[in-house]
Amino acid sequence: MPKHDTPLLDQLESGPWPSFVSDLKRQAEKSPQCWDILGQLELSFKDRITHWKHGGIVGVFGYGGGIVGRYSDVPTQFPGVAHFHTVRLNQPSSKFYSSAKLRDICDLWEKYGSGMTNMHGSTGDLVLLGTTTANLEPLFYDLTHDLKQDLGGSGSNLRTPECCLGRARCEWGCYDTQALCHHLTMHYQDEIHRPAFPYKFKFKFSGCPNDCVAAIARSDFAVIGTWRDDIRVNQAEVKGYINGDYAPNAGAHSGRDWGKFDIKKEVLDLCPTGCMSMSGDELKIDNSECTRCMHCINVMPRALRPGKEQGATICVGAKAPILDGAQFATMTIPFIKVDPENEFEEVIEVIEKIWDWWMEAGKNRERVGETIMRLGLPTFLKVMEVEPIPQHVKEPRSNPYVFWESDEVEGGFERDVKEFRKRHAQ
Amino acid sequence: MGYDPANPMVDRITDIGPPHYEQFFPPVVKKNYGKWLYHEILQPGVLMHKAESGDECYTVRVGAARLISIEHIREMCDIADKHCDGFLRFTTRNNAEFMVDSKAKVQPLLDDLASRGNKFPVGGTGAGITNIVHTQGWAHCHTPATDASGVVKAVMDDLFDYFTSMTLPANVRVALACCLNMCGAVHASDIAILGVHRKPPMIDHDAISGLCELPLAIASCPLGAVKPTKHVNSAGDEIKSVKVNAERCMFCGNCYTMCPAMPLADPEGDGIAILVGGKVSNSRSMPKFSKLVIPFLPNNTPRWPETVAAIRNIVEVYAKDARKYERVGEWAERIGWEKFFEKTGIPFTIKSIDDYRLAYDTWRTSTQFKFTNHIK
Ligand code: HEM
Ligand code: HEM
Ligand code: SF4
Ligand code: SF4
Ligand code: SF4
Ligand code: SF4
Repeated sequence: MPKHDTPLLDQLESGPWPSFVSDLKRQAEKSPQCWDILGQLELSFKDRITHWKHGGIVGVFGYGGGIVGRYSDVPTQFPGVAHFHTVRLNQPSSKFYSSAKLRDICDLWEKYGSGMTNMHGSTGDLVLLGTTTANLEPLFYDLTHDLKQDLGGSGSNLRTPECCLGRARCEWGCYDTQALCHHLTMHYQDEIHRPAFPYKFKFKFSGCPNDCVAAIARSDFAVIGTWRDDIRVNQAEVKGYINGDYAPNAGAHSGRDWGKFDIKKEVLDLCPTGCMSMSGDELKIDNSECTRCMHCINVMPRALRPGKEQGATICVGAKAPILDGAQFATMTIPFIKVDPENEFEEVIEVIEKIWDWWMEAGKNRERVGETIMRLGLPTFLKVMEVEPIPQHVKEPRSNPYVFWESDEVEGGFERDVKEFRKRHAQ
Repeated sequence: MGYDPANPMVDRITDIGPPHYEQFFPPVVKKNYGKWLYHEILQPGVLMHKAESGDECYTVRVGAARLISIEHIREMCDIADKHCDGFLRFTTRNNAEFMVDSKAKVQPLLDDLASRGNKFPVGGTGAGITNIVHTQGWAHCHTPATDASGVVKAVMDDLFDYFTSMTLPANVRVALACCLNMCGAVHASDIAILGVHRKPPMIDHDAISGLCELPLAIASCPLGAVKPTKHVNSAGDEIKSVKVNAERCMFCGNCYTMCPAMPLADPEGDGIAILVGGKVSNSRSMPKFSKLVIPFLPNNTPRWPETVAAIRNIVEVYAKDARKYERVGEWAERIGWEKFFEKTGIPFTIKSIDDYRLAYDTWRTSTQFKFTNHIK
């Protein structure tokens, strides 16, 4: 494959941020089809429009997802990218790797693909970018036999679950995000590989309300760690912060002189519920008022820790704006135990209730959040057999258009209009 | 034995899932799993996590393009082998993290990274700007209204000093999605760069019969703008086809996703919208959606100067005006969006007034407002 002139892309080789153009050129020395990636991308930069066609359906036998088909619309000019399908590899929970594992993946991709990847795609998969239809089955064979790993999801199925690194290296993981993510990924292999849903369904697991994997914004099923007892306070360390022994917010603001740490201004006054106060040098928290927003803990990580009675809040139905507008996930289960001992039975029960309903009630290409919007949160709560509580809403409804049901009203809806007329002339 | 095309089902292995995560933990992570006490950012890009056991885990976070080669990954492996017992990880924002178990090992690692040109910039922690999460763009997708990797490179080159420092009032999360599908779910970012189309789809009547199921194409439009029609194609045959009511079209591209005979991308029509003020974390205020403040900027390749300048302006005004800990959206809400437009000098246009579904929620139904330069 010949090199192409890429005067526009070449301008993206300068500057301090790592250059994907330089990287592509480096790879092209080993994988000549990368010259055609560069060539076609240069053409897109020149024409200011994409040169990829619709995917078409490609995949490996027995799977309905994991491969995204892609073809060039200028294949004679750039034969190296005539077929350019992506392969989604299910990433290990929270994306730790050994170099040995990564080298195996690199070797596999050098053999069967373009050598270009995304580390990682937005859903979490390790994305191998660019191969031919003929290479898919051999790649899958080597992947499962030699690397002993599997594809992720795409299409109307369970998408590859993703989690924050939680307890592996963060002090705030209120449940074991990796263990839950891995367990459910294994438990639902069929749902990941064989589309049978109205539309895509995403699981995301964050260990605390900082929500580093953005579960509440982009997953149909968001499990976000929390606690229900008291924030653990180490008063000596609180004094340490007040005295300026430690940088607030773990040093996150140390690049600018913000003045001396002021616990009132920076913690107490920013607490959204105003539930903190100082009694002399002692920090008091009225924990029954706390909404577990994490601000105080973020600012004073040595002094404050989440409580000990830990679990998670489950929120359901987030999605990007397509079609009716963006939705955050709606708080559905305020507190649930996330227990590896019983193989996360409680969480699985919630998931299956949602799926049973959504697979019946959901329309084609309707995310569960849209189904809930269309049929109403009250309907959804009934399906979930969840007791309605004030926590389910920001405020009660302001219209009186209540959908009473016949059996909720004394005597029911059946009435005799003739009896009515006997007492009320027309 | 490898794959045998004559017997594709022989020895087939399926549904084995991902490798178990635990085998990839560095020893210090494995030993102290679930027993971390606190963390501290020692310098931009360098974190120290302290465990109950007294052990310390030092993490060096490095930026990367999302589109990376296996040669680059192999170089990361070399670094991990040399300094980190052969382990590393990637973050959800496409950064890589190298972990070592003592402070003495940090500087040699930093020196090694610095010796490799601009390939491994250290930063992305605390009150700065970490890597931009993004989608495929012209490098791989068929529906983009802008590129992804190119825009991100141009913007990160410009914001680089914020990647390697921690001088902002809070962390600023930037995200890019190259079309309204928003694969990257940018709708809750401090600053969202969003590819938008502005011309309704064309209809390729000569191709539509073979390519599309018309009922699906018609049903795909959220606004009912795609209607059935009859058309005489180039061969002179009357065929069943579709037409688009341009007045109803919001340029979402859903029809094109269902029907390849309805392309809508266009060099002049396509470009970038900027949305600001979203957040995901629950810290202080609840999660917020990003709001559209700049409806359109052109696709000026290769460096999108208008987009780069617009983002720098927002970041700089925010950096000067916001209080410590305030995210962009919290700042804009405190001062009021009218002040946001006044202070940033971004022209307020009618395009920022919602006229889609649920729009009323965003209209002001109060006499409380500030007199800014918008009121003549
Ligand atoms: C004030 C709000 C936040 C605070 C204080 C915070 C704090 C943290 C902390 C302490 C970590 C762990 C660092 C480590 O162990 O390496 C972390 C990781 C991370 N955070 Fe946040 N976070 C916040 C909000 C967010 C938001 C809103 C996002 C994304 C939209 C986010 C994305 C990430 C990512 C990607 C990681 C790396 C974890 C991983 O890749 O699994 N964070 N954050
Ligand atoms: C109607 C809505 C959507 C459509 C039609 C759509 C379509 C697509 C298409 C065609 C691709 C392939 C891109 C390529 O060529 O590699 C893709 C990739 C992807 N999409 Fe979507 N998408 C939609 C919404 C979303 C949303 C809301 C998310 C996440 C919250 C998402 C996550 C992804 C991810 C993770 C990829 C893999 C590539 C990447 O990471 O950029 N998609 N999508
Ligand atoms: S979501 Fe919470 S537990 Fe998970 S990495 Fe972020 S701060 Fe830590
Ligand atoms: S977690 Fe939030 S609400 Fe609770 S005490 Fe701390 S700052 Fe206040
Ligand atoms: S955001 Fe749109 S254009 Fe970009 S990768 Fe996703 S579907 Fe393709
Ligand atoms: S672009 Fe969207 S709104 Fe316009 S016709 Fe197509 S589906 Fe309908």
